Amino acid sequence: MVAYRYDEFDQQMVNERVEQFRDQVARRIAGEITEDEFKPLRLMNGLYLQLHAYMLRIGIPYGMLSSVQLRKLANIARKYDRGYGHFTTRQCIQFNWLKLEDTPDILAELAEVQMHAIQTSGNSFRNVTADQYAGVAADELEDSRTYAEIIRQWGLLHPEFSYLPRKFKIAVSGSPHDRTAAKFHDIGVILKKNDAGETGFEIMIGGGQGRTPMIAQTVREFLPKRHLLSYLEALLRIYNLMGRRDNIFKAKLKILVYALGIDEMQKLIEEDWRQIKDGPLKLPQAEIDRVAAHFTPPPYETGESDARVLDIHKFESPAFARWARTNVAAHKQPGYAIVNLSLKALDAPPGDASADQMDTVADLAERYSFGEIRVTHEQNLVFAHVKEADLYRLWRSLDEIGFATPNLSLIGDMICCPGLDYCGLANARSIPVAQRIGKRFADLDRQLDIGELRLKISGCINACGHHHVGHIGILGVERKGEEYYQITLGGNPAMDATIGDVVGPAFSSDDVVDAVETVVTTYVKLRADGERFLDTYRRVGAEPFKEKLYPEKTDAAA
Amino acid sequence: MPLLKRGKLVDDPWTHVADEVAVPASGPVIVGLKRWRDERETLLKRADPVGVRLQSDHTAGDVAGDLEHLGVIAFAFPVFRDGRAYSNARRLRERYGYTGEIRAIGNVLRDQYLFMGRCGFDALEVKEGETERDWQKATQAIGVFYQAAADGRETVIQRRHRRTAMSLRHPQASGK
Repeated sequence: MVAYRYDEFDQQMVNERVEQFRDQVARRIAGEITEDEFKPLRLMNGLYLQLHAYMLRIGIPYGMLSSVQLRKLANIARKYDRGYGHFTTRQCIQFNWLKLEDTPDILAELAEVQMHAIQTSGNSFRNVTADQYAGVAADELEDSRTYAEIIRQWGLLHPEFSYLPRKFKIAVSGSPHDRTAAKFHDIGVILKKNDAGETGFEIMIGGGQGRTPMIAQTVREFLPKRHLLSYLEALLRIYNLMGRRDNIFKAKLKILVYALGIDEMQKLIEEDWRQIKDGPLKLPQAEIDRVAAHFTPPPYETGESDARVLDIHKFESPAFARWARTNVAAHKQPGYAIVNLSLKALDAPPGDASADQMDTVADLAERYSFGEIRVTHEQNLVFAHVKEADLYRLWRSLDEIGFATPNLSLIGDMICCPGLDYCGLANARSIPVAQRIGKRFADLDRQLDIGELRLKISGCINACGHHHVGHIGILGVERKGEEYYQITLGGNPAMDATIGDVVGPAFSSDDVVDAVETVVTTYVKLRADGERFLDTYRRVGAEPFKEKLYPEKTDAAA
Repeated sequence: MPLLKRGKLVDDPWTHVADEVAVPASGPVIVGLKRWRDERETLLKRADPVGVRLQSDHTAGDVAGDLEHLGVIAFAFPVFRDGRAYSNARRLRERYGYTGEIRAIGNVLRDQYLFMGRCGFDALEVKEGETERDWQKATQAIGVFYQAAADGRETVIQRRHRRTAMSLRHPQASGK
């Protein structure tokens, strides 16, 4: 498969880390360290104490998994958890029902397949995300995974930046059609060509969601590749030194950028960077080449493919044709396609997969996609290299395990955080709301008619469900022990980023699904030819939606 | 407080002098930044060396002009989660070339010894009961380093490509 494979250094580090954590857990169980002292240690290893049990979040760097790794995750789900896992918006997976004493063994099993949970939580440098279509998208400048991997290694157990003011997230995109929500990250690294035709990076900083959503701003228009790590180091150093530590809600980089202004930030970073840019952090071309060699394309078949076979299947099976239309994307290699596996079946918690489903996906990936699986930040999976001639057979197999719902990018394809069903931070449940919305819009013809509509649900202001950037966003809040849901409209995570507007007072749990339906029907009435929900919203604004959502209020004002 | 100096438990020759306490006539002392600034001339006249204690909102730049006079620079960790001193220690070593003692004081825990050492701390005021064995175990837990830091250890990238460069120059050494 096409993936970064550990060399002996990478493997040694992960193995040593497992033993270090085993010792930390033993000291905690023996009472040698307090829970307060243990907390940052376990968080540095992705281990949270949640409402009912320990939750372990396992990093999946830029979403890339092999069949072997996915089978290991299935095995962990069976052996240590309740037989399922949950894919997250950071392209990770989490298990919700673990025992503390099992976690060193789980990490040891993960190390066997070159995986770990280092820095998947805590105030550290988190899993680096990248485009799920990296290496196969026709619009890509260069494969972003090479740089995501280089950044991943530099950030791992960084001695200076392991106690940052707050968690820190980086996304890397190699395509002008950003699929990583780069503008909502602490740092967005965007591959770019300069006027001389040289490829480097545009660096954006200070984006984020949470309680104060902000869109990242460009701090450097063009950074040559050799300076990638030294620039990031200077940037992190300024943040580590100057980011607020007195108030957790104001501790993120976005607040520092906002307080100082982007020009002052730039000045500070450049001043530090000049001191270190020609030092040991300078990235040798040999290392870029070494990492890039792991991502050379798989051996595609280049023989003539008969396009008619696909057309005949589409003609004979409308269900297949519908799926091919929504869930299959264009591949840069003729005769191949990108297949999206929807983890958003009706009634299923978005992003969940059972151990059996994971095993089947691992087998199918081996048969149809060079043993490679990708996790998307939208909580779906991708087979990146499927022969068009295999699409029909693959579809039938995916349908059997419930991963062929033809709803990609439609209203059924919701992002949803675990919410109050699992999470200790949540104010309200999100999964049941997603399920009720799913039921209301169960008619796939209707979903298709509504068209692209990104609905995102968070169970609290931390915004793990990305509600600020949903075309329709839903935020769970709690008032006097009852769950309410605030609706935002017009959010968009792409390069033309916007933060959703709050339309008005929150809706009760009983009313929120009707409210979503009102928004959708209002759009359908107002839309011009070919307009997506977002286009219509941008054209007409919030008013027409408010009138329908809050008729009494509008009447009273009139 | 036991003092671990480069992994050895040693008698601390330095005395911490609190801000409201008079500076003793003799013996090495560590004073707060404000006192250092206010009483700089008097302190410099002492026969014995002086060190400065910095709080976590102070920076390396606050003492950058005085390094030749300072035998110790101590950074306070009010709580282990406050990571500013890591950056300040690196700046002292790497930007300002400070070669005296950099000491960690306050909430200094075993699980941070390795990172502290990498960032330039060579002296740690640790919890009662900590042993040299604890220090060895903690600092040897990880033997692979992706980042360049103040300790000058070879990075993974350097190790990878040193090997490649050598095997190119001496093909027989690669074992092929």
